[in-house]
Amino acid sequence: MKCTKCGATAAIGMPQHRLNLCAEHFLEWVPAMVARTIEKYAMFSPDDRVLVAVSGGKDSLALWDILIRQGYRTEGVYIHLGIDHEGYSDISEEKVRAFANAASAASQGDVSFRVVNVGETYGKAVPDLARTRRGRRVCSVCGLVKRHIMNRVASEGDYAAIATGHNLDDEAATLLGNTLHWQANYLLRQAPVLPETHPRLARKVKPLCHLYEREMAAYALLRGIDYVEEECPFSVKAKSIFYKDLLNQLEHRSPGAKLQFYTGFLQAHEGGLFREEASAPIEKTCPRCGQPTMAEGLCAFCRLWESTP
Amino acid sequence: MSTAKITYRKDEWEVNSGMTIRDAIVKVGLDPYAVLALREKKLVNDQTILEPGDEIRLVNVISGG
Repeated sequence: MKCTKCGATAAIGMPQHRLNLCAEHFLEWVPAMVARTIEKYAMFSPDDRVLVAVSGGKDSLALWDILIRQGYRTEGVYIHLGIDHEGYSDISEEKVRAFANAASAASQGDVSFRVVNVGETYGKAVPDLARTRRGRRVCSVCGLVKRHIMNRVASEGDYAAIATGHNLDDEAATLLGNTLHWQANYLLRQAPVLPETHPRLARKVKPLCHLYEREMAAYALLRGIDYVEEECPFSVKAKSIFYKDLLNQLEHRSPGAKLQFYTGFLQAHEGGLFREEASAPIEKTCPRCGQPTMAEGLCAFCRLWESTP
Repeated sequence: MSTAKITYRKDEWEVNSGMTIRDAIVKVGLDPYAVLALREKKLVNDQTILEPGDEIRLVNVISGG
């Protein structure tokens, strides 16, 4: 298989784009795709400060790498969840630290990141917290805790946006799950940019949303980024992985099926299919932490800790 | 030696050389969209023909949560 651009041996084939690229051209193509996505959705500008949520995995570290190389003013935030299965959280933090150190050395600038340790900050690690919550899966508790902390950190600093490493497979799997269950509210809110609808609810952006997960792994490998290859031990049987598997079966039959599924959804959004309710502002505020909430009283995060023994 | 070695996490297989990496991935029961192939730590495309003695490490690309 030859590179479509130069005829050298291709490192990766992307049938959905009818494009095969060598390492050199692929390492140009991925950042260009990210730059186009940032520009298309006006995610942030070169003068903005961007908080990058990093997990130690391929997507978030690759995103951070691309933003640093493109000259954006970034800072990383790593949320230590306290997952001690084979040292998962400690190892992930170490990968983030090693990346930041290497990026600092390469750019001759300071690539900084901060760590929020859930156990040390709030008194319980996420798996322990989830065990006290009957009926709630660890992933559900984890998502709630991470969103709250990201909003908190963003509101404490002067960041224009929180950038997350969600790729097209993540977004398509979420879309499939929400569609299968007709989760209208979630469908309304799914977008490459989640606007700041409350002073304590940071703007969230997904610059990798047009790139396949496979492409992000290839980018990380070709850049020599040392990331956590193992999945989170709690996500092994996650529905999102099942949905990704289903979507990949579609992709085998019809290359580009995932891309078409997701971009078709975005076009429907842009066409106004979901417009009215999506723009409704959140007006209620949690009396304890000050973050927005859909109902009167404590927000879901504070209720989680309120009822924890 | 007319075989190549494929490894994925803790699993290891011997497959016949002469087939593409993609065919080998399917033969060992994995999804070609869910893995990438490294030969001598370098990313190789899945249409690459396996040579005798090749050692291919497959890397998972799917994460969830």
